[in-house]
Amino acid sequence: MSDVLAVVEHRRGEIRDVSLELLGAGADLADDLDGELHVAVIGGNAEAIADRLDRDGVDVIHTIADGAEFNHDVYVQAVGALYEALEPAVVLTPHTVNALDYVPAVAVDLDLPLVTDVIDMEVSDEGLQTTRSLYESKIDATVTITERPCVVTLRPGEWARATGVGSVPVEDFEFELDESAVGSRVEGFEEAGTGDVDVTAADFLIGVGRGIGEAENLSVIEDLAAVTDATIAASRPLVDNGWFDTSRQVGQSGKTVSPDVYLAVGISGAVQHVAGIKGADTIIAVNTDPHAPIFDIADQAIVGDLFDVIPELTEQLR
Amino acid sequence: MKILVTFAEVAAVADNFEIEDGAVADRYLEYDLNEWDEYALEAAVSLREEGIAEEVVTVTIGPERSADTIRMALAKGADRAIRIWDDDLRGDPLEDVSTRAALMAPVVEAEAPTLVLSGVQAADDGYGSTGVSLARTLGWQWGAVVNDFTLDREADSVRVRRELEGGIEEITTLSLPAVLTIQTGINDPRYASLRGLQEAQAQEIDVQSPAELGVWADRLEPRLERGELTEPPSRGDTEYVEGDPPEQATAIADRLLEAGVVQE
Repeated sequence: MSDVLAVVEHRRGEIRDVSLELLGAGADLADDLDGELHVAVIGGNAEAIADRLDRDGVDVIHTIADGAEFNHDVYVQAVGALYEALEPAVVLTPHTVNALDYVPAVAVDLDLPLVTDVIDMEVSDEGLQTTRSLYESKIDATVTITERPCVVTLRPGEWARATGVGSVPVEDFEFELDESAVGSRVEGFEEAGTGDVDVTAADFLIGVGRGIGEAENLSVIEDLAAVTDATIAASRPLVDNGWFDTSRQVGQSGKTVSPDVYLAVGISGAVQHVAGIKGADTIIAVNTDPHAPIFDIADQAIVGDLFDVIPELTEQLR
Repeated sequence: MKILVTFAEVAAVADNFEIEDGAVADRYLEYDLNEWDEYALEAAVSLREEGIAEEVVTVTIGPERSADTIRMALAKGADRAIRIWDDDLRGDPLEDVSTRAALMAPVVEAEAPTLVLSGVQAADDGYGSTGVSLARTLGWQWGAVVNDFTLDREADSVRVRRELEGGIEEITTLSLPAVLTIQTGINDPRYASLRGLQEAQAQEIDVQSPAELGVWADRLEPRLERGELTEPPSRGDTEYVEGDPPEQATAIADRLLEAGVVQE
């Protein structure tokens, strides 16, 4: 029992980028365990997706035809059946919204320990040692899984994507789906937000976060945006408050942006937000908290009060 | 119908803290009601106010300290509160999400709600798995990362809108009873009134131990061990700008000019 089973994610016929990162991480882990990397593609056009997973380090790709799109009941049954057939040491998935919707159920069904949102992992004598973020990414903790097999979800953006083209056998895995246990029905998809502005097109984006405090304080940012012809984006809490339309939300559940400059003002740098700004050429961050995780990814860090720094910047550029 | 809300007391570290012997000392930690769970609670209380639900009960796993947070939930409109605790739960047992689900499942079975609402994740450890683990332990349906839902009592179902990455939402129908994990932004959580807080002080919190719930010690044997805490490694090439606000503003302006997004 030393193999790794990686369950990839796809949506509307497209493999998601996190799946290629999963293969990279899975290949390294399989090497460390001296085992094989098995990859599962469930539902959709599984065979076409399998072609894109033919990468170095992958030993076998298993396609499971059930379901047109993601359905958590189907995924739980399919992963359970494949697990029973392969008996892997570790089940890996990306840490995504869909993973949150089925992976905990897989762990319960198989009575396996589960560690989610892992940013690093290492095989040790004690077990599989994982690293996770705590307290809104201000602290890292090691969590060692002392029992194997186990289930682990990996934070997107933390591993290099698997490269190369291998010659990987693709095997169709069939199991008997228990239709009576499928209690959920996916009815469709919709785009969120009405879209009053396209933040993905901006060269200079000012991202505003919770540090702004009150809605009336936004004038500080609006003044700077007016002087610099910048576009204003927002972190999730401000959109939740109804201060901005969803179309201005940057992050995992909002838009992914790649401006020349992203000026993060009063944004702590929660992982969900950081996921959306990694493509920026330059990140400048202004925050009072010296431990704010945004500083870990910023090119230029200003530990200071935005209400002192931003009006001064506006005046200098006026 | 009855709605049960699971919520966690979460810890946040102060702006200035130190890691001592691989841990954060308690003096640097501030405890509060988990933000995601506040939205779950508001959804439940709103349904009661609309006459759709009759009762809202909360369940929390936490030491005596968490009574303050539980009273905050009562002040925000919960009718009753259950707290699960035993000193054996200190340390590693709660690191394993299945242990939390095993502790909560008997409470749900005894209360027999139609709906369990839970926050998507806890702000401190961010496992994001308790709600779905609980649903599966109960053999119920579930929906994760829900930012809207509509009950259909005649069809005994709930229609949920799930927030996927990249601004895409999925619409799914689930059979009841179900557990939903609630995303922030689904509503506008109310503040606790002073009167509500005063009344909550007088309310009794039903404390139950794992043994009373029929969850025995072997279920609490940790399979996960929390090790040392460390500060995340910095990328290393971040330029920290010293000086007063005008000097800091000048440094930003220089960067903006250098990048060509503003002109002199």
